[in-house]
Amino acid sequence: MQFMCLIYSAPNSGPKPGTPEFGMFMKGYGDFTQTVKADGKFVAGDALQGADTATTVSVRAGKAETIDGPFAETKEQLGGYYLLDCTDMDEALKYAAMIPSSEFGRIEVRPVMVWDT
Amino acid sequence: MLPPLSTEQVIERTVREEWGRILASLVSGLNDLQLAEDCLQEAVISALDHWGKNGLPRSPSAWLITVARRKALDKLRRAQNFARKENEIAYLLELENRPLDDPMTETIPDKRLEMIFTCCHPALERKSQVALTLRTLGGLSTDEIAAAFLDKPASMQKRITRAKQQIARGGIPYEVPQDADLPERTSAVLSVLYLIFNEGYSANSGTAVLRSDLSGEAIRLTRIIAALLPNDCEAAGLLALMLLHDSRRNARVGPAGEMIALEDQNRKRWDREKIQEGVAILNETLPKQGIGPYQIQAAISAVHAQSPAWDQTDWTEIVALYELLLAMQPSPVVQVNLAVAVSYAQTPDAALTIMEKVATAAKIQTYQPYHAAMGNLLARAGRITEAKVSFENAIELSENAQEIVFLQNAARRLLH
Repeated sequence: MQFMCLIYSAPNSGPKPGTPEFGMFMKGYGDFTQTVKADGKFVAGDALQGADTATTVSVRAGKAETIDGPFAETKEQLGGYYLLDCTDMDEALKYAAMIPSSEFGRIEVRPVMVWDT
Repeated sequence: MLPPLSTEQVIERTVREEWGRILASLVSGLNDLQLAEDCLQEAVISALDHWGKNGLPRSPSAWLITVARRKALDKLRRAQNFARKENEIAYLLELENRPLDDPMTETIPDKRLEMIFTCCHPALERKSQVALTLRTLGGLSTDEIAAAFLDKPASMQKRITRAKQQIARGGIPYEVPQDADLPERTSAVLSVLYLIFNEGYSANSGTAVLRSDLSGEAIRLTRIIAALLPNDCEAAGLLALMLLHDSRRNARVGPAGEMIALEDQNRKRWDREKIQEGVAILNETLPKQGIGPYQIQAAISAVHAQSPAWDQTDWTEIVALYELLLAMQPSPVVQVNLAVAVSYAQTPDAALTIMEKVATAAKIQTYQPYHAAMGNLLARAGRITEAKVSFENAIELSENAQEIVFLQNAARRLLH
């Protein structure tokens, strides 16, 4: 069963780039990715660029319209994601708690919809 | 068929047309003119990119204001004084949280009236009022404003920045003044608009093209203000006055840039559409209570505009209008104009009797049109020697090359 772990954190929270803590933080992500891959749970995962780069597209009357933003729904922004293959929600939450940003941001975990065929 | 407009042209047009409305609406929620302007500027830059790729959105102005608000939200979040900006952030978030399609098609509330009263606040210098009005409501760039007033862009930039700071620090509100203050404040707004128009109308300085843009801009802004203040007869009167004056734009300057007197203008070159519109506005406004100097001046201009030839001018009507204006605005300048009208309605001698009363007024001796009028009246009364002296005085006082040529020609013609 697949679970989407959405990583939310406030901009400028967490270790600052260039500090030793930031190095540890990045290593934490590397280690986590290695772990989920080794455990056979990893499907996909990426970091996203800042919310100020967001563009929204909508199609109305057959015509695509794009617009800048929205940049920030709340103080916390979606910064990245992992798509994990876990046996159940409990296992997914166990892994989500290992994502480094969970210490100062929050991870939203949602099961991927399975369509009856 | 005209070639289709390029995206850049559409954006330029939308920005010029909608800038004031969008900016005014942004400011009313953000209470920060500089922030609002920066964000709108960024939205315009972004529009070039998005619209270039996908064509125009359903509502270009709604698109611009939505992006500008989002940029503002982003900037406020990053700002140092985040906590103090909670109200503005809450306001922006509330707008953000509407159903998806709302922001893309919303009707922007019109806050331009609030904005122009702020720009023309008496705490600001007159020139700053003019510059700020052109920048915020007219959407003219600082460079364009500087060029129109023959200022350096840097000093115009400084002036505009200073005015914005004055508004922010002085807590000048973005609102329509209370009823008691409204007539006086409205009259300040109208005089700023008239000043902008005259800057464009008098070919004294600056390049001709920019100058005529300035008059067009003044007419556009006055049209907006007159529509927003439908009960203000003087706002309508000013619009009529501008249209009637502007109808003569092409006829009042010769091929070499020389000024052509009303008397010698080719009336076929007057803009009939502008005349019709100006006269229609006057006909609608004059019967209402609230006659004022702009309406009377417009009425005088309308008499000329509707007269088929100089020698068919209804001078009796013009004299009556100047007398009304004089009663409202007792000034030697109006009296000089009255005298000239009397010289045609009656005789040059009758006009000279009026001029005798003016001669002792303060500063009149340094007022060039007084001497030019005296030269004209004396010459027509057959007092050639005195007329010559008056024309010489007028030429002496003139600082403008075109005007000097004009006076010399007038003198030459009348003195022979």
